[in-house]
Amino acid sequence: MTADRIRVATRKGLFTLTHTRGAWRIGAPAFLGDPVSMMLDDPRDGALYAALNLGHFGVKLRRSRDDGKSWEELAGPAFPPQPEGAEGSPWKLVQIWSLEAGTGTEPGVLWAGTIPGGLFRSDDHGDSWRLVRSLWDRPERLQWLGGGYDHPGIHSIVVDPRDGRRVTVGISCGGVWHTDDAGDNWRNVAQGMRAGYMPPDQQGNENVQDPHRVVASRAGPDILWTQHHSRIFRRGADAAGWIELDTAPLSGFGFAVAVHPADPDTAWFVPAESDAKRVPVDARWVVNRTQDGGRSFETFSAGLPQDACYDLVYRHGLDIDARGRWLAMGSTSGSLWVSGDQGESWFCAAANLPPIYAVRFAG
Amino acid sequence: MPKIMFASHVQRHVPAPDRVVAGETVRAALDAVFEHNLLLRGYVLDDQGHLRKHVTIFVDGARIVDRQGLSDRVNPDGEIHVLQALSGG
Repeated sequence: MTADRIRVATRKGLFTLTHTRGAWRIGAPAFLGDPVSMMLDDPRDGALYAALNLGHFGVKLRRSRDDGKSWEELAGPAFPPQPEGAEGSPWKLVQIWSLEAGTGTEPGVLWAGTIPGGLFRSDDHGDSWRLVRSLWDRPERLQWLGGGYDHPGIHSIVVDPRDGRRVTVGISCGGVWHTDDAGDNWRNVAQGMRAGYMPPDQQGNENVQDPHRVVASRAGPDILWTQHHSRIFRRGADAAGWIELDTAPLSGFGFAVAVHPADPDTAWFVPAESDAKRVPVDARWVVNRTQDGGRSFETFSAGLPQDACYDLVYRHGLDIDARGRWLAMGSTSGSLWVSGDQGESWFCAAANLPPIYAVRFAG
Repeated sequence: MPKIMFASHVQRHVPAPDRVVAGETVRAALDAVFEHNLLLRGYVLDDQGHLRKHVTIFVDGARIVDRQGLSDRVNPDGEIHVLQALSGG
């Protein structure tokens, strides 16, 4: 059986921690010195992908077929020529913000979400990519807003494990879009979200919503969770719309959310002081957990810094492994924390990493 | 023919040896290089074929003006330096 591993994408490289002899041990980084915006361990074939965002030389996509010992550069996503007079964001790739594998019945299918808000698909393990024009060409895209960046971006891609044609993407700030037919048709399913940062008559506009992160459980992929800019929202299996949850202690603001792979009613959030400050509330780092679909939350702090703590967990900085045994979270201050008891207590696995952009369990 | 040289920073990622190439403009000289080194193109130019925001090019000591069209002229014995701009960190 493969050892448990955590990938950590940082501003200065890609790190891997391996669970051996009862401890998480960190190995030598890949791409030391280079920003890594996202990574993906493809459970179907063992390939490892890393998206770099080189300060001078642009976005690069690398693939390793030997667990990071060697890497090859792929052509990567790229926008087609921009038509004269095209409105909206420049058709230039700024960042790969999300990478996901298709289902087991579609080998080679990968999805990439980018800034600006492009969704790209590969059918050949990342060797070539095409922009999903059916989403990019939607007229509503011109309403999308940048959220933390100059241009809108796709940070969440949820592939239905029962049917890979059913894909949901989260966009900051453009709502939540869904396709049932592998991208032939799309609809914005952000009904019920509320954008408190907009004028009153625009707060319900689906195309300006800022879902910081959207996730679903493998056991209940019709149920969606989001940590929105304004609040936590949950969308039930009846797809009747997002329900605003105001029960989370301390703050409804934050970036990250993780959901249990075997229980769609159990989810974790990392609250932060909203939204002009974006630091832990009262400088204490805590994690909120619900086990009843958001009707109630518990707050856990055991093992986490409770004094003068200013770590922020960004939208891809919290993850749970595929078996639901481990949780990990990494901060913009370069601290990595792991829990082996469903988030009730945490221990520091690495304290002095570069700023952490994304944390993912391998496999 | 002009000589074109690439900064060592880019050579961390992709081989980019000095080349002597035909070309009366920066675009033509770069295209001559990229014809044999397609990977390098993505390090210098963006999706739209424009010079990347944080890359700069000097021709005989003068920074080029046309960052999109790359139409700046190059003398037959000119020297082209492709460099990372400090604006990129």
